[in-house]
Amino acid sequence: MMRLQLVKRPQHSAFFSAVSPLIALALTMIAGAIMFSVLGKNPLDALYYYFIDPLRETWSLHELAIKAAPLILIAVGLSVCFLSNNWNIGAEGQFIAGAIAGGILPVVFPDFQNVLVLPLMLIMGMIGGAAYASVPAFLKARFNTNEILTSLMLVYVAQLFLDWLVRGPWRDPGGMNFPETRDFHAFAILPELMPSAGRANWGIVFALLAAVILWFVLRKTLKGFEIRVLGQSPRAGRFAGFSASHMVMVSFLISGALAGLAGISEVSGAIGQLQPAISPGYGFTAIIVAFLGRLNPLGIVAAGFVLALSYLGGEAAQISIGLSDKAARAFQGMLLFFVLGCDTLIHYRIRLVGLSVAKTGETGAETNA
Amino acid sequence: MEAERNAGGERLLDVQGLTKIFGALKACDGIDLSIGKGEIHALLGENGAGKSTFVKMLFGALEPAEGRIFWKGEPVDIANPGAARHLGIGMVFQHFSLFEALTAAENIMLSLDEKIPIMKVAERARELSKTYGLPLDPFAHVGDLSVGERQRIEIIRCLLQKPDLIILDEPTSVLTPQEADRLFETLETLRDEGKSILYISHRLEEVKRLCDRATVLRHGKVVAHCDPRQETAASLARMMVGDEVAAVRRLEAPGGIGEALLEARSLSRPAANPFAVPLREVDLTVRAGEVLGIAGVAGNGQGELFEALSGEIQQADAASVRIRGRDAGRMGISGRRLLGAAFVPEERLGHGAVPQMRLSENLFLSRFKTDARSLLGPLWTVRAGALTKAAKRIVEMMDVRKSGEDPEAAALSGGNLQKFIIGRELDRQPSVMIVNQPTWGVDAGAAARIRQALIDLARSGSAVLVISQDLDELFEMSDAIAVMHDGRLSAPVPISEATFEKIGLLMGGAMPERHASEALEKA
Repeated sequence: MMRLQLVKRPQHSAFFSAVSPLIALALTMIAGAIMFSVLGKNPLDALYYYFIDPLRETWSLHELAIKAAPLILIAVGLSVCFLSNNWNIGAEGQFIAGAIAGGILPVVFPDFQNVLVLPLMLIMGMIGGAAYASVPAFLKARFNTNEILTSLMLVYVAQLFLDWLVRGPWRDPGGMNFPETRDFHAFAILPELMPSAGRANWGIVFALLAAVILWFVLRKTLKGFEIRVLGQSPRAGRFAGFSASHMVMVSFLISGALAGLAGISEVSGAIGQLQPAISPGYGFTAIIVAFLGRLNPLGIVAAGFVLALSYLGGEAAQISIGLSDKAARAFQGMLLFFVLGCDTLIHYRIRLVGLSVAKTGETGAETNA
Repeated sequence: MEAERNAGGERLLDVQGLTKIFGALKACDGIDLSIGKGEIHALLGENGAGKSTFVKMLFGALEPAEGRIFWKGEPVDIANPGAARHLGIGMVFQHFSLFEALTAAENIMLSLDEKIPIMKVAERARELSKTYGLPLDPFAHVGDLSVGERQRIEIIRCLLQKPDLIILDEPTSVLTPQEADRLFETLETLRDEGKSILYISHRLEEVKRLCDRATVLRHGKVVAHCDPRQETAASLARMMVGDEVAAVRRLEAPGGIGEALLEARSLSRPAANPFAVPLREVDLTVRAGEVLGIAGVAGNGQGELFEALSGEIQQADAASVRIRGRDAGRMGISGRRLLGAAFVPEERLGHGAVPQMRLSENLFLSRFKTDARSLLGPLWTVRAGALTKAAKRIVEMMDVRKSGEDPEAAALSGGNLQKFIIGRELDRQPSVMIVNQPTWGVDAGAAARIRQALIDLARSGSAVLVISQDLDELFEMSDAIAVMHDGRLSAPVPISEATFEKIGLLMGGAMPERHASEALEKA
């Protein structure tokens, strides 16, 4: 019997570290082309509709910004979590919690209409997302639970809660029983940037601002240093006087708030009301964005546009050559797979070992450690 | 020299031109070595001289780039540790690989290639332990055993394979002097039976006492084959290091011993987990101008004491730790640093420094609070320029050898990183300095420099506490030595009254009173 073993490389190449996201993108294209041809489509056509067609029109660039905004907002928040070694997988739930919390004003108090409504909604959205993220954070800091499980499970709670709200108490009284809330009034709508050219709204501005601010915090400040030290070496962090449990809370609150802001921006901007499904999986896709962007907020901006393109391209390919929308998800999954794979292979090499050798090799490795 | 090499009678192992290259570094460069039957052969060398690499090639854990190995006259290719064991080469590692929650016999059974019932394993282990004077209860849980007892499990585990050659890697580094004596008796019994032993050490006295021949390595090359009994400790050290190591000078403090700067009063702490050691009513005082050494076998609460004194773990009772006369028990490590204390933990990578961060960033790690004024700019930004300048100052002060302008901590050798970490704290002129294992795994030149720097700090009016398992080091540096055993700290023994035997007995857990009464009985 044979077995695969990952062996750490003594030194890793700086060049390959830098180009690894590009290699991953190229490999995804190749694997995607193979998938399209297996599905019976011309792979070149499919790739064209995926990656070129959406970039040819101004309005479609606006759509790209609309899709990229939540991805970037969520992913820069997640980068804080991932850098500090906290695995928040529940951004999708925090996104929904932010949308619900921000939606309270226009849905429950539709008569409260003035210029204060939108800023209040955005703040409430951030608070909602942060509060929802504080649950797995508190459980981890206090009881040492696994935050991957708790944050992920809370996604489904949020989804079902939203579903219940829009079918039950928050259903639009004049909406012919459709499962959706009343349309947000004019004061509750996130304005478009250039209404004559396309639909892109202030969400993309929030995203870029958040990326620049967090880039500054992570690279230049004591807080960023603390985040990186605790992520790389918790014991050294304790020696420095940093608190790991404090960092669990801080990182989850930041990423929750940004996911919540993305959620309320999405419903008050692109959608204009609450519906049973308000996200095509932005919270999960943002995990890919964060890693494709190397957990660097500026890299994440670029990665956000690439993944946004895969959403738009998926729609375009669906319309023009009849590809299933599931193909777009599979495409994103392949991208994450290749990104992580490339990163791993930069630091490790693969060794094939027979089982009998593996056994002794293993004891040798243990005892030498 | 040629005559010496052939002196061992019947050859068991003959190694010719063994070479191993890591990147640009020749870890082993054409090493020749032969071991005869019934010979205890010492492999001497500084840390980083290539001893471990060489041994790993013998044990099949690393593949040589060049060179040949002859076993009983036949050329062999040792592909993995299993093959080495099959030939009859056994190894006892410096760091044990035992499961603490299992019994000794269960641990032994796990390492055997064939499946043997546990009772049979226990019986054979008991026989071996009787034959070789290695007292051991096969059904004791490893977690309850002392380090010396754990080592016996490793040795018995190795003997069960009936090896012809036993490789021991720094076996006495974790033993009390008395435990080491017992080990030497066992090794001599094994030699008398015709077994060969490759004994790796940097402790010259024990090599002189025990070994028939020695091979000295320096920078991956053999510098000498010799008979250690014909050499002096000084001449062996010269071969290992290349030139004379500056002796550490311990002058009287010019201002004499001053006020107490670091105090612990009834410092207790429950064990954090089933395998940790609780601290029991530790009392200590370190005065200005003084170096207090804390001896003890590893795992008797030294790590816990360091955590409690540094504030990585805080105490409920504020008065249990006092720094410069202020109650500090409830302060975190940053608060204690602000009182003028500095700390150097045992582990360099991953505790004292973040491996993947640059030296300047690692400087920031322990200094961002105490030197906030010079290192932090507006909006809590890190002043990279000031950091690089300070890092450069420390590198020059401590003669840290490195490649590149500001390399990652992991890229430095252990000794150079330790010099940097010590320098990082000295640079602050701390009035209290607590160091755990200051020269563990550090080459002799760097170790001498570190010890001298710590003594100089004390002489300039600071209080220095050194926790170490290296008795030579403590005798060289300390004004008084206290011993940690099972979470208790003995009263300090002034250096003028301290002997290896006295400290060794305390390390083994003997109470001073009992020791006295035993002496009376003997008389």
